[in-house]
Amino acid sequence: MITTNKLSKTYNETTVLSIDALEIPKGQSFGLVGNNGAGKTTYFSLLLDLIQPTTGAIKSNGIQVNESEDWKPFTSAFIDETFLIGYLTAEEYFYFIGELRGQNKSDVDALLAQFTDFFHGEILNQKKYLRDLSKGNQKKAGIVAALIGHPEVIILDEPFANLDPTTQIRLKEIIKDLAQKKGVTVLVSSHDLLHVTDVCERIVVLEKGTVVKDLETNPATLRELEAHFSGESVVLQEEEE
Amino acid sequence: MLKQFINLEWKAFTRSASFKVNLALKILMLFGAFIMILYMLMLGAGAYYIIEEYLDKDPLVVINKIMIFYIFGDLAMRYFLQKMPIVNIKPFLYLPLKKDKVVGFGINKTIISFFNVIHAFFFIPFSVVLMLNGHDFLPVLGWHFAIFALIYSNNFINIFVNNKDVVFYGIVAIVVVSAGLTYYNIFDVTTFTAPIFEAFYNMPYLAIIPLILMVVLYKMAFSYFRKNFYLDAGLAKKVEIGETDNMAYLDRFGSVSTFLKNDIKLIKRNKRSRTTVIVSFLFIFYGLLFFTGAIPAYDGPFWRVFAGIFVSGGFLFSFGQFVPSWDSAYYPLMMSQNIRYKEYLESKWYLMVIATIVTTVLASFYLYLGWQAYAAVVVGAIYNIGVNSHIVLWGGAYIKTPIDLSTNKKAFGDKKAFNVKTLLLTLPKLVLPVAIYAIGHFAHGEALGFILVAIAGLIGLLFKNKVFAIVEKIYKAEKYKTLAAYKQKN
Repeated sequence: MITTNKLSKTYNETTVLSIDALEIPKGQSFGLVGNNGAGKTTYFSLLLDLIQPTTGAIKSNGIQVNESEDWKPFTSAFIDETFLIGYLTAEEYFYFIGELRGQNKSDVDALLAQFTDFFHGEILNQKKYLRDLSKGNQKKAGIVAALIGHPEVIILDEPFANLDPTTQIRLKEIIKDLAQKKGVTVLVSSHDLLHVTDVCERIVVLEKGTVVKDLETNPATLRELEAHFSGESVVLQEEEE
Repeated sequence: MLKQFINLEWKAFTRSASFKVNLALKILMLFGAFIMILYMLMLGAGAYYIIEEYLDKDPLVVINKIMIFYIFGDLAMRYFLQKMPIVNIKPFLYLPLKKDKVVGFGINKTIISFFNVIHAFFFIPFSVVLMLNGHDFLPVLGWHFAIFALIYSNNFINIFVNNKDVVFYGIVAIVVVSAGLTYYNIFDVTTFTAPIFEAFYNMPYLAIIPLILMVVLYKMAFSYFRKNFYLDAGLAKKVEIGETDNMAYLDRFGSVSTFLKNDIKLIKRNKRSRTTVIVSFLFIFYGLLFFTGAIPAYDGPFWRVFAGIFVSGGFLFSFGQFVPSWDSAYYPLMMSQNIRYKEYLESKWYLMVIATIVTTVLASFYLYLGWQAYAAVVVGAIYNIGVNSHIVLWGGAYIKTPIDLSTNKKAFGDKKAFNVKTLLLTLPKLVLPVAIYAIGHFAHGEALGFILVAIAGLIGLLFKNKVFAIVEKIYKAEKYKTLAAYKQKN
């Protein structure tokens, strides 16, 4: 589904990302872990054609993302608050995204109905604009908006950060469900090793822009990851915020 | 401690994003500030003689008469432009500092604000000239102190009326109504207020009253903030009540409605865009300067078209030049979604067209000043819709200034908006219609001039799709630069 080939990104002679080859098959739940500055967000930004690669390219479903825009209809993402329109209420935002993705109001309503539990009564009918919601609730709205319109590729940067434990657990179920039952390719990055190992079939560890580990998740993965990160005596930092 | 505060202020100033421009621009900015100060100085020194020469009245009497409007006008300006001193205080909350000290510094800082100092450049020379012309020292001193005390009272009032729109619009309404009534000799509010200001001159010791007022207001501002120095009180962000509005009535616009709905919400719900609408409303009255002969330099027939363009195009210019920057806060979303650029642009275009038509209808009072005046507005509107709307969108594509929708900062001009490309684009916006009018005017008469400008506007409409295609190309070509530029918050 997503093929990365000789990809690199350099700012003023500092290479922040350099991936020789990475292949993510359709329907995989793919996890990206790494310390701050490892290149996770850079990779996602390249994948969404928000920045230009210095060399190489990413192909999504055979479409080279920096040459054609045809990947947009089947791709959706929530990277950070710049994906939210602050002056809209959550409903208005969902309908707007829905309209862009060819979904009418009742389609969106039907989708939202499945997430009543996830929203925990804090998103819909709040008489608040998105900019006035708490960080966690903004994230919930952004994540659900990324699920509108049956995307085949969903990219979520740090989806677990800022969420309360209940929501984290629900989000994990949602992501698993998407990949396993609906065949959606889900790309997730996280600092939380436990969450990624729970959710992802495959985990790639980035370090200073390069892939240092590529693991199929099994019961021993978490230990292995913990050993990796503590072994280098790198203090695992909480969140990037 | 004070040294630390001042040090922080200095860094905040020199490291602010708006200061990080190249040297040439910095010099230009300094030069601009210098010119403005010079103007104020000259006005202060010259006002006395100008009034004496042209109005043949005692300058002090005239100044005292309009002083009430000056003071309230100052308050209104401050409300719009002066920033709250308290905003940057949050990081100090938990540090081992006395709250009184932090609040005190925040408020004291406003004393040397530009909004206070600028008045000195007018009033000090004016007072000096008064004394040179035979006014006594003590009365002038009393008057001078009284005025400054009132200006500083404004400063402190502004601190605690900030964000109270009701108070603000109330003041503006009172000022506008009383100025109007005074102008048309219906009810002269100045007959009541002028004696107050004269009293400060006649009885200099009365200056103690505004001075006390100033001190009281300072104390009030201080205790107001001291009391509200909590995250959920004075330092809290004001939260508006959100209403979900599906604007179903806009669905008739078809596919454009998706963006049109968003744009209308953008304008309604953000401070910055609301200011733009107010400013563009004020543009309607700009033509009065031309058509009433108020300014002799504007009397030529060509200025009519110039005025007509501005009167009907206020919104078009002030909103249009910042497309797509209005959407800068969520540009990454727009760029990763399946955006149809044509519809996106079309929605902004419709908005400008609707606003231009509404403005033209509102401006129908120009008929009162002769058919030529309103004809110029209507013709200007046609040209704006047909030609300028496209040029503005085109020019906007090159401007990469992120807009912070939540503040009015920089709402009145932004240096980045002035680059060579946009400057060149003002030629067809303003000069061309005036030139076209001139051709018609000289060939036959004013009627032909107006008709030619209108025809130029209608021809411009034919190029809509072509221009949209060009703008779309620019958007795509500049995508990464634009994304990077919008990422830089101020």
